[in-house]
Amino acid sequence: MTSIAETAALLAAQGYIADRQLATTVHLALAMQRPLFLEGEPGTGKTEIAKVLAAGLGRRLVRLQCYDGLDLAASAYEWDHAGQLMAIRLSEASGRGQELAASIYSREFLLRRPLLSAIDPELPPAVLLVDELDRADEPFEAFLLELLGDFQLSIPQFGVVRAKEKPVVVLTSNRTREVHDAIRRRCLYHWVDYPDAAREAAILRIKAPGLDAKLSAEVVAFVQRVRDADIFKPPGVAETIDWALALAALDRRELSAQMVEDTLGVLLKYQDDITALQAAGLAARVAEAKSEARLAP
Amino acid sequence: MMLAQNVLHFARLLRRTGLSVGAAESLAAIEALTLIDISDRDSVHDALRAVMIRRHEELPLFDQAFALFWRAPQFSGLPAGAAGLEKMAPGERRLAEALAPGAAERTQPAAAADQNEDTGTASARERLNRMDFEAMGAVEIAAAKAAIKTLRLPLDERRTRRWRPATTGNRVDLPATIRASLRTGGEIMALETRRNRTRPPPLVVLCDISGSMSRYAQILLHFLHSVANDRERVSVFLFGTRLSNITRQLKHHDPEFAFQMVSPLVPDWSGGTRIGAALQDFNRRWARRVLGQGAVVLLVTDGLERDDTAGLAEAMARLHRSCRRLIWLNPLLRWDGFAPKAQGVRAILPHVDEFRPVHNLESLKRLIACLSAPAGARNAAISAWRDRL
Repeated sequence: MTSIAETAALLAAQGYIADRQLATTVHLALAMQRPLFLEGEPGTGKTEIAKVLAAGLGRRLVRLQCYDGLDLAASAYEWDHAGQLMAIRLSEASGRGQELAASIYSREFLLRRPLLSAIDPELPPAVLLVDELDRADEPFEAFLLELLGDFQLSIPQFGVVRAKEKPVVVLTSNRTREVHDAIRRRCLYHWVDYPDAAREAAILRIKAPGLDAKLSAEVVAFVQRVRDADIFKPPGVAETIDWALALAALDRRELSAQMVEDTLGVLLKYQDDITALQAAGLAARVAEAKSEARLAP
Repeated sequence: MMLAQNVLHFARLLRRTGLSVGAAESLAAIEALTLIDISDRDSVHDALRAVMIRRHEELPLFDQAFALFWRAPQFSGLPAGAAGLEKMAPGERRLAEALAPGAAERTQPAAAADQNEDTGTASARERLNRMDFEAMGAVEIAAAKAAIKTLRLPLDERRTRRWRPATTGNRVDLPATIRASLRTGGEIMALETRRNRTRPPPLVVLCDISGSMSRYAQILLHFLHSVANDRERVSVFLFGTRLSNITRQLKHHDPEFAFQMVSPLVPDWSGGTRIGAALQDFNRRWARRVLGQGAVVLLVTDGLERDDTAGLAEAMARLHRSCRRLIWLNPLLRWDGFAPKAQGVRAILPHVDEFRPVHNLESLKRLIACLSAPAGARNAAISAWRDRL
């Protein structure tokens, strides 16, 4: 990967339309072998970047979904206790207690969880996706630091596992909590924003290929308008795609105020937002979006 | 080497605007510039942004700094009187001060437009009504620290999903048991046990600083400063006519310094109150960012709303739904015969879990004692009040 354009092309080949800023950041993350920290509203395609990178680079994707209380045993490694107990019994029976400590803390009894699997030197190189890091708690972040800094993991009783080839690491956050500065410092940062109209239209062409061109333009124009409205949770790209597919499933060729009202639940997920938008003149917005779509080529 | 020099200059400029750009970022920036086409200004911008910025809030400041610097790098030279700048509080070193005085005028409006934790620059147009705080002695600070240690909010012991070894634990700790068994040749002599760790939940304080509350401002700020520094995971917001996040400023360990940094951020000291609007703003912009992980919300207000209260009830209902426990501390109640007659009070009361009136808020100690009283059942504390609505 030698230039920003090539990185953008790599993402585009996998169906990901990246803006210039994102392509630059991804390019640098790959070139500098630094983790990539993506923050942004839900549904803006953060997780998708990791998947696309894995496919584009021909690496396996190792995904770790974070949650409150995520610990070492679930994220990195765990000892196979049942197996260890069995080995203890067997060694007692054969009278070989001396070598016990070494033998029950061997690779055989080590269960690999995503983080260990991502840096295991015996496995092919990986793309490690640590998804929704904001959902995990601070102790987990602290633990992640060693991995992000040196791409290694020290396991007591076993030793240090170090990646032969550094994994490409992508961390995502929806910002339900501020991720600690120590993590941010080790990463390249990018804020994934809502796409502009042209990029959103391009995304729709790829993600909803059979969609009528007119409907597609109207959908994009309307969604862009909704994002400007004074609502609690503006729809992400994922919602736009869902909505376009929903309208296609209803065999629609163009928007109408009635239909938008009927399908608004695909786009907005808060009752307050739906009522707010209805109160703020839904029909007028639909009409505006339609006329804008007509003017645009 | 010219390039490296420029990057270091630029890093210094960013640092002076209050961004945390250290040597590591500068080195990364220099490395990044070798990987891109540096004749393209946009690529340089994007590359530097990727390695030098850590937060979304820092972007506008970075963009401005970049535009100014690469247009006129001579601004990056320390302006006259730079020695004085070095002694100022970090929060006051915004871009405006970092550049020459002439440039400051131009950068002001953009910075003011995005009022948030990092770029909070009060507009010069707004008439500042700053609070003066009596200097606090070391003894008073120590006393405040001691007092805050006794603070036990209702539901303060929240069980987490993490474990600690405990001889009287309620779960068997298999890894520890096996490790221990190695000492006895693989024979398990006793089961090691563990227990859930507990830790206080995140605390979010929403504090009213309008005119009717001004007589408590001193004690409240004192309290907020102690609580933000001596407790983990605290976010502090002030509101009068609008909402300001002062968490970062309050984290400064010297209270006087912290207050100095807070007061320019908050232009509405002793002004009117728009509780409903402020809470709506909080719900929209901050609730999802700070109310995770079972946060407890402490609302400090007298409930005297200037606006229409329709929006207030709605905002309170949403706030109540999105936090684990909502505690209302009301310092207006200086006499026992209080009846919740004010419109705002009636709008807030149905949506709080705990109602803590303070009948004579003259000291920090009193405030903490009031907050630390044992928790009632959810909603029980206000049912008595509700009957009188």
